[in-house]
Amino acid sequence: MSDIAASAPAQRRFAVDKLGVLIAVIAVIAALMPFAAFRANRIVAGESKGIFEALPGWEAALLSVALAVAILVAVLRTPTLWRLFASLAMLAVLLVAVGNAANFLTPEGDKLARVSPGGGFWLLVFAFALLAADGFTRLKLAPWLRILILLVVAAAIALLLWSGTWNSLSILKEYANRADAFWREGETHIALALGSLALATVAGITLGILCQRVRGLRAVVLNVLNAVQTIPSIALFGLLIAPLAWVAANVPGASAIGISGIGAAPAMVALFAYSLLPVVANTVVGLESVPPAAIEAARGMGMTNWERLSRVEFPLAFPVILTGIRIVLVQNIGLATIAALIGGGGFGVFVFQGVGQTAMDLVLLGAVPTVALAFAAAVILDAIVEMVSTRSSPA
Amino acid sequence: MIEIDALTKDYLDLRVVDHVSMTVEDGDLAVIVGTSGSGKTTLLRMINRLIEPTSGTVRIDGKDTRDVPAYLLRREIGYAIQGHGLFPHRTVGQNIATVPVLMGWDKARIDRRVEELLELFQLPAAQFRDRLPSELSGGQQQRVGVARALAAEPKLLLMDEPFGALDPIIRAKAQEDLLGIQKRFGTTIVLVTHDMEEAIHLGTKIAVMDKGKLLQYATPAEIVVNPATSFVGELLGSGERAFRLLALRRIGDFVEPGDAEGTPVSAEQSLRDGLEEALWSGRSALPVVDDEGKSLGRVTLATLEKLGARPQ
Repeated sequence: MSDIAASAPAQRRFAVDKLGVLIAVIAVIAALMPFAAFRANRIVAGESKGIFEALPGWEAALLSVALAVAILVAVLRTPTLWRLFASLAMLAVLLVAVGNAANFLTPEGDKLARVSPGGGFWLLVFAFALLAADGFTRLKLAPWLRILILLVVAAAIALLLWSGTWNSLSILKEYANRADAFWREGETHIALALGSLALATVAGITLGILCQRVRGLRAVVLNVLNAVQTIPSIALFGLLIAPLAWVAANVPGASAIGISGIGAAPAMVALFAYSLLPVVANTVVGLESVPPAAIEAARGMGMTNWERLSRVEFPLAFPVILTGIRIVLVQNIGLATIAALIGGGGFGVFVFQGVGQTAMDLVLLGAVPTVALAFAAAVILDAIVEMVSTRSSPA
Repeated sequence: MIEIDALTKDYLDLRVVDHVSMTVEDGDLAVIVGTSGSGKTTLLRMINRLIEPTSGTVRIDGKDTRDVPAYLLRREIGYAIQGHGLFPHRTVGQNIATVPVLMGWDKARIDRRVEELLELFQLPAAQFRDRLPSELSGGQQQRVGVARALAAEPKLLLMDEPFGALDPIIRAKAQEDLLGIQKRFGTTIVLVTHDMEEAIHLGTKIAVMDKGKLLQYATPAEIVVNPATSFVGELLGSGERAFRLLALRRIGDFVEPGDAEGTPVSAEQSLRDGLEEALWSGRSALPVVDDEGKSLGRVTLATLEKLGARPQ
């Protein structure tokens, strides 16, 4: 009896976490892959450097120990806070280490040499980001706390950028050559994503309300929007060139307000078209989910149609509509990269230039901020959706 | 006073309400009773024009209800439904204030009224005003629903199966509350139910409907004693006529001088309660007391038996 009693807690102490095992496997493989890549200039093929080649001996040893500890915490069934702390600490160590590797590998005074993060680095970041995300999910943090953490992480990254730790990294070297263009295209990117979102929100909610009220309209509108959604994005951007060029040429004043076959106008129109379906569909679903008894009571108490919509139906549908807006914002931040293809600007400019010049660092200069923006938008809007929904139905 | 005159509603070929005429006097509690599909809810909803009649008229205090826009008419008429229909995103206080806000009352008056109604329904304002409907029990939600219907001091209250979703104990309590409120405000009430027991207990007048037609509109006693058709008799339940008749009268009206043994009954209880008590305790007479517990005399089993017989 006492044997069994003694072995039970011992067994639990060495219990294994399933996701942890997956993360450990990824991390071990990644640790053996190149941590950084060194190239004599920006377009030649690189030489891969493992952790012990990419960092000074003692730093490489420290990183290895840290990795081993973090993997152990991930594999064993440890308290969530430990796992979260281990994953965030590991991410911080990795981010600093990759900067140090760049400093270490770049020969003194060499302006052409490029050091970029290797596959192993990216995979390690992925593995520990997964662990961190799992930790945050398990903790079920309050929405405002999640936004706060996002701000802290953003501040930490800003600090890393400001401190110069990453200055020797290839992406920042590309940035240094294009600082002005980077911020200009960033502004365009955000203007495209948010502008099309704003238009789609106003038009989509209106259309959604109409669809919910008028039965016949719903099937038509939703089918058309579904069809639009299936057009490949590059094709849609291209297809708009001809009609908008015609409008610019034939409608008085159209070109004066910036409409033309290429540039921001068709990009905006295409993003708007893609945005409509999620907003319209979620508006319809949200309005449909309002309890019939509440609508009946609103009518019975003498609300006009407008009062019923604005005071009862819309507030109750709002969390669902906001979920649609969240989908659109994250989708548009990603899709806006394609606008560069037709001269619309945005971070896509760097992606397409980079592809053209086979300069992966330049591609990353466009892709990394896009991913970061989309991620931040998702976290913030998820938090807002949760705040809005819990206000109307605690329990 | 509500005058319903030859009110008819057709849906395509289907006549759901067929030339119904009835008058509800001020202060009446008229119960419309019938099986599902009898047209009782349609009739109720035509009074506040949630459904527009195909033909016929409804006059409230002599004025045709079609003389004002439907939404203005509805603000003057209280409306409570089964499953309460509270707005889930609004607090109890905001729910109750719905119609006063629509009518543009000033804030102080609304606050006073909300507080008054919450106290009346035994939901202390400090504790309940800022809760959401989802934080209330079923019985509390139902009370808030009725309070909301009464918020703008309507002279007329329409209720569609208001107690249908409640369990028997809470339902009995809600029925007593309703009778108390009617006594206090003198509100004219039209209530729809499928439950004859509830109709007899609450109604001063009962309208029995079947297949869109009004079969009988009379006092509960008249309905029990002289059901107009066999269908009305069926609704009453043939095995319970004597008890339904006894349930309509109070013991206090049939007290005779004399003493009796055992636990007393209250003068306010129904003859049915008295008979049950006498049979169950095996007594041939019961002492009767008033509210303060003062002895009034007794009621005998023989009297109860005689009163349960069909009136000649």
